[in-house]
Order: sequence, then C-alpha cells, then structure tokens
Amino acid sequence: MALVEGNTQPESASQQPYVFKVVLLGSSSVGKSSLAFRLIKNDFKDILPTLGCAFFTQMMELDGSALKLEIWDTAGQEKYHSVCHLYFRGANAAILVYDIADKDSFHRAQNWWKELENEFQPEEIVVILVGNKTDLEDSREVTLEEGKAFAESKKLLFVETSAKLNYQVTEAFIAVARELLRREEQNGGQSRQRSPPVDLKETARARKVKCCQD
Amino acid sequence: MTAPWPARSGTGLSWPHLLPLHQGHSGRQAGWRKLQALKLCLLPKPRAAEMEARGGACGGSAPAPEAPSDSARPFGVASDEEPSGGPGSQESCGPPRADEEVQGALPGPEEGAPTHLGVHELSGQTSLDKKYNRGTKDSGKPGKMSGTGDTSQRGDLPTPGPRDDEDVTAEGWRSRRKHVFVLSEAGKPIYSRYGNEEALSATMGVMMALVSFIQSGDNAIRSIYSDDRTLVFLQQGPLVLVAVSRTPQSAAQLRCELLGVHAQIVSVLTRAGVARVFERQRSYDLRRLLAGSERILDSLLDGAEREPGFLLGAVRCLPLPAPFRDSLGALLQRATAPSLAFSILAAGRHLVTAAQERAVLEDCRLDPADLHLLLNLVGASSAFRAGEVWAPVCLPRFNPDGFFYAYVSYLGDNTDYAICLVLLSTDREAFHALAGCKRIVEEGLQALGASRVLAGGGVGLPSYGVSAVGAPDLRHFLYKPFDVPDNYRQLPQFTSPEMEGPYASECERQRLFDLYYHLHGRLHSPSRPLRLIYHVAEKETLLAWVTPKFELYACFNPLVTKSGAIHAVTKLLRWVKREEDRLFIRYPPKYSTAPVRHGPNRTDSALENGL
Ligand SMILES: Nc1nc2c(ncn2[C@@H]2O[C@H](COP(=O)(O)OP(=O)(O)OP(=O)(O)O)[C@@H](O)[C@H]2O)c(=O)[nH]1
Ligand SMILES: [Mg+2]
Repeated sequence: MALVEGNTQPESASQQPYVFKVVLLGSSSVGKSSLAFRLIKNDFKDILPTLGCAFFTQMMELDGSALKLEIWDTAGQEKYHSVCHLYFRGANAAILVYDIADKDSFHRAQNWWKELENEFQPEEIVVILVGNKTDLEDSREVTLEEGKAFAESKKLLFVETSAKLNYQVTEAFIAVARELLRREEQNGGQSRQRSPPVDLKETARARKVKCCQD
Repeated sequence: MTAPWPARSGTGLSWPHLLPLHQGHSGRQAGWRKLQALKLCLLPKPRAAEMEARGGACGGSAPAPEAPSDSARPFGVASDEEPSGGPGSQESCGPPRADEEVQGALPGPEEGAPTHLGVHELSGQTSLDKKYNRGTKDSGKPGKMSGTGDTSQRGDLPTPGPRDDEDVTAEGWRSRRKHVFVLSEAGKPIYSRYGNEEALSATMGVMMALVSFIQSGDNAIRSIYSDDRTLVFLQQGPLVLVAVSRTPQSAAQLRCELLGVHAQIVSVLTRAGVARVFERQRSYDLRRLLAGSERILDSLLDGAEREPGFLLGAVRCLPLPAPFRDSLGALLQRATAPSLAFSILAAGRHLVTAAQERAVLEDCRLDPADLHLLLNLVGASSAFRAGEVWAPVCLPRFNPDGFFYAYVSYLGDNTDYAICLVLLSTDREAFHALAGCKRIVEEGLQALGASRVLAGGGVGLPSYGVSAVGAPDLRHFLYKPFDVPDNYRQLPQFTSPEMEGPYASECERQRLFDLYYHLHGRLHSPSRPLRLIYHVAEKETLLAWVTPKFELYACFNPLVTKSGAIHAVTKLLRWVKREEDRLFIRYPPKYSTAPVRHGPNRTDSALENGL
C-alpha cells in the first residue's frame, strides 16, 4: 500500500480509481483537522477550529487498487451542526473522532453514531471510532477498553491515534479504505463510484425538510 | 521616550463625577459600590515614577486650556441624547482642538503653502497630551490611588501568554494598551481580548450594571474619559461591547473598532441568529455558539493595529501591472456558476482583484468592511492551505441576517504563491460547481504565468518601497483616492509602501500608526473636522490632508521644512497619478450569472441554517 501525494493519479493504477466519500465527525477540537493534516501533509501544527467544512482528496493505493478518498473534515462547533448534515449525505465512510482526554467528546461521538444510525443502513456506511491524542496519556479520561467496548457493541472499527506523534493515523485511514474495498468486492463492485460521487443537490434537496428542523 | 505621554498629578478620574447622578437616584448604592470596584479593576494607578521624565520630554508644552464646554460638563460621560456637534456633545469630551489653541500664537500659512489650507497647526507636541491632561482639572479625590506605582512602562507590553491563560488580576493585564470586551445584556461575558472571560465575569457584570444604570434614565452611555484611558461603550442588539484603551484612538475610532468586532460576530452567526438565541433565553451563554471564534476576533483586533485599511475604511490592493490584473479579472468573469455573487482573489489581507455579479451589484457593492471581515475570517481559519473550505458566512453590511456560502481555496502551493480564491454563492449546494470554477481559475493562472508575477521573483508578494516615489524627505504614506473611475460601484482602496527604514521595528511601526490614528481622528472629528494638519512630532513630521479627490497621510523626516514637505507631497501625488493603474483596481470586473433558483432571498436566511 502506498499513499500518493496530492491529487495526482497513481501511475500503476491504469484503472479509474475507486472514489469514496469519507466524513470526519466529532466535537470541536478533538483533532479531526489534525488527523487530516497528518494524513495529507504528514505534519502537525496548532490550527484554528474549522470553519464550516474543509474538503480534501487523498489518493491511495491499496492491494493493487487505486482509491480516491474525498475527505470532508467537518467543523465540530455547535453552530455548524445543521450544515454538517449536508456533508454526511452520501458518505461511504464516517470517522467518528473523540479526544481520549475528554470524556464528553466520547459521549458526543456516541451521539454522532446515533445520528448516522438514523441516516444510514449499517451496510451503507463504514464507521470507524477513533480515540485521538494518545500522547495525552496522563490526562486520559476514556480508557482504551471503553472505546473498544463501544465500537464492538456497534460493530465499528476502532483505533487510538495521535495526530501529534503520528501514531496510527494512516493506519486508521487505511483500515477504512480496506473495509470499503472489501465491501465493494462483496457487492461485486456495483456501487463503485467513478465520477463525481454524490449529487449533493439531489440528496440534500430530497431531505431538505428534515435538515431544516434543527 | 517614544511618545509624549501626559504629565499630570493626581488621578483626575472622571468617575467620581458620577456621584451626583447617583445621589439623585436613591437605592443605587449597590450600583455605586460596584462602580468603585470597577474603578479598582480598570483604572490606572498614577505613575509617579514616570511623570517627571514625561514632563521633560513633552517639551515644556503649556497645559492645555480647558474648553469651556468641558468645564460646563464635569461628567466624563457623554450621552446619546446630546445634540451632536453642539457644546457638550459627545465628541467635545474628546481631544481638545489643539489647532484652535495653538493657532493664535503661530504665524499664518506660509507663502507657497497649498491654498486650501483649512486649518493650520504647528505644534511640537501631539494633542494627546492635552487630551489626557483634561482630567487634571478636578478629581474628586485627588491622589486617591497613589502609592501603588505602576511599574509597567508604556510600550513594553508583557509578552502575551497563550489565550485565556493571562492572569486578569496581574499588572500586565491591566497595562495592556487596549482591552475589548463583549458581554450580553444579562451581563454574561462573551469575549475578552486578553484573559479568560470567565475570570472577568465580575468586571463585566459591573460594566453591564453601568450600562443599564444609565439606560434606566433613558440615556445611553457612550464613553468615559479618565486621565489616560478612553472607555467606549456600544450596544448592538443584545450585545454590549466595551473598549478600554490607552491608545491615541479617538472615541469615534474606537467605536468603529467595536462595530467591527460586532460585525465579525455577526459574520459568523448573523444578526438574526444572535437575536434569536437571546430571545429564547436571555441568559444564554453565547460563547457556546462563538466557541472557536475568539481567535478570529483576536486576529481582527490585531489587524486593526497593523493594517491601515481598517482605519481608512478601504482595501489595500496588491500592486500589479494593469494588463495582468485585467486578465485575472477576465479569468474571474469566465469562472462563474449559477448563484455565484462575488469572486475574490486575495493575497493575505491584500486584494488582487474582485468581481461581482451584475444584479447583486445593482443592490450593493462589496463593502470594504465586509471584505476585511471575510478575509480575516478566511485568513484566521485556513488552518492549512491544502483543501477547499465550504462555510456559511454572513456579510453584515450586505445583509446582516443572511448567509452566503463561501468557497475558499488557496491556489498553487503555499511555497509557490499564496493566492486565495473566495467565491460567495447563495446556494448551499453549490460546492461542486464552485470547485469547478476554481479549476478554471487555477488553469488560467498557470496559463498566465501568474506564479512568476505574483511571487515577485521569489521574495514574496509584489510591494514597493517609499523610495519609488523619489522624494527623499518622505518616509511613509497612506493614500486613499476618491476619484477612481466608476466610483459609485468601486471598492474604496488605498495604497501604502512597505514599512521600512526607521519603521521596520514593531515598536516604531506601532508608534507611526498611533500618529496616523491621531491625525485621522482629528481630520474626521465629528465636532470639528479639519482638512489639513501639518504636525511636527518629535521624531518625524506628518501631514494629513483630505480633499474631495483623496485622503493622504504622509510622514517625513523630522528636519523637513514646510516647503520641502509640500514639494514632496506634490511629487507623491504626481507619482500616484502615474502609477494608479498599477496601484489600484481601476475597472472592477462584473459578470452575470443565472439567478438563484430557490427562494427570493439572495442570501440564505439564518433560520434555514438552524442557527
Ligand atoms: N496533544 C495532542 N493534541 C492534538 C492532537 N491532535 C490535535 N491536537 C490539538 O487539538 C486542537 C484541536 O485540533 P483540531 O484538529 O483543530 O480539532 P478539530 O476536531 O478539527 O476541531 P474543529 O475543527 O473545531 O471541529 C489543536 O490545538 C491541536 O493541536 C494530538 O494527537 N495530540
Ligand atoms: Mg477542524
């Protein structure tokens, strides 16, 4: 497996890449943007809270298949919540992030799971629970076991990471990618997305009534 | 000594003058005690140690005579009710008119001076001193806080710690040049420039008590002047904003800054959004909604200290060859999508070019204040320049109650050129369409060889030094033209050279800015505007001049003669005329896009966003 820089298409994959939409969800300052930054630029720095939503693409090559991850890094701030609904429409995968040193963020991640459960059939979406900031071991408030237990009870993937120390960040994304590929193959590739993946317009319009309620 | 600061004895607080008011309203004792507490929190202590030094450096200036209106109005509190401009009006509490005072003692305008010399000032001292001396006249309890000498020196600020960690009881916190607070009508702290809002809740409670006390008499508190501080209060809907400043900014300028802070809050939440949460719950803690935006406000206030655009109400353009700018404009005209209203290319806080939809333009051109807020928001939140941002933003001057959807993307690599594309759409689902526009712009830039032009040969963005003007006495200037073509639809712009030479250091830069602020405040004094000020300061000589065609602030070396300065200004004006196609956006591009399909509103209403 190899990560490919930027938006360029990998040489080896002559085939069109699989395109997957991945959303990063979780309360503010758990490190969603930092994880994306680590994945894309392999760097870490103090960044300000995300405004609305940030969109990145990351090419990946996994087991001989080319993947294009379209990553939507959402803002955890309360004021953007209603907008967030827009983003996770049509998502193929969700990364639920919490901060291991912040119990509340763990509960919020569980709430995000409930929202996803309402929107998606279990087979429609790959969900991974990510406990970030393992470098803050001293102030840990959520044990590894708690995280794992919740993930297992809901059949989610699970990993603990540190965007700061570059611990298991790529691994988390690869785990998601691998699961996406596996399901893709199971389905015989019917749902393989080749072009602009989601018609945001259509999906959002259809559910507009719903999203305006909150 | 960097700037003359008042030499005075006693504290000269205007606070005690509030006392009679209180006596008139019985049952306000608690409020008064709170005021006393506030005084302890906010007001400076006399600086006995500094006083002598200051007295010397002030060049033996005579104490400023009191304006009659001042003595007639011992209260340092100005109220909304006063007829503006008349005696005792709000601004009469501001800096006394030095020009008036000095004029008699000075020869008239020299021969050869521009004929439109409105008022002439020649003074070796800024009138700041006088402003601060005002308080001398009679403090109810002189020297009441003496013995607690303030050791902090003006200018050397305590190094700022991480946000919120600052000890609000410490001297360092108190001696900040300027504090800005935002609180709710219920007295709940929302924002403080320095220190944790939580730790300041008592202080803010007192501020609110003060505001509502004055309000109870159907008045509105606007400003308070102490001997070295100006307090400005501004109520905007359910929010109260307070500035406590020792900068030379006038109350009017501080009020503008507070309006800017409010507008930035609105840019994130919309006015209707703010109103709604407080309607639902008066004691709502707005910090919940504003979480994460504090640093955007910090960066706005920092920007106001270093970017003359805020002061001038104008945008700085990146100097570019006119044909190149035109082709960038044409590029923006090509890269449109339905529902697109504004397209902006910016480099940091500098505008490269901006295009606007015709129908939208009919209503309103992009306001420089909105552009500042937008660029500040974008700059402060673009964590890393990879990726594309899609976020609801409100342009308060355009429509304080509606959202645009902003698409933000940096073009090229950040090692390459840091040009940022901002597209504002009224359609919340336009992300992919706008991403398509971006690709057109990006390809177009490549075809134009933009990286070569914009990177200025690898030394950063294009800029110029003051030496380009060829006037050796000239050190720096700010020039804002009023006569750009198509003026009605044009964005106010200004130009200014790099800060270099004596102003390269942060501290000197700040000092020059203070002088600009001071001169601007006097040119635009609501009660007595001036057209021309020739100001001899200690380390430089400045000229501020406003005509129907332009507004100019020029800084010269201190030994310049008056005729030398006038010569340099003439040269500068000629140079600007020659260069104006490069310095300014002369013909802003427009385009037409299909109207938005859903809803009659051009901007999405806040309601729809669930705020
Ligand atoms: N110690 C530590 N700090 C981290 C780690 N990841 C992120 N942070 C810090 O946590 C803060 C918030 O990180 P962000 O990536 O902005 O969080 P976010 O989830 O994107 O926040 P929103 O955009 O507001 O939703 C920043 O100050 C990061 O430096 C980590 O692994 N370890
Ligand atoms: Mg983020």
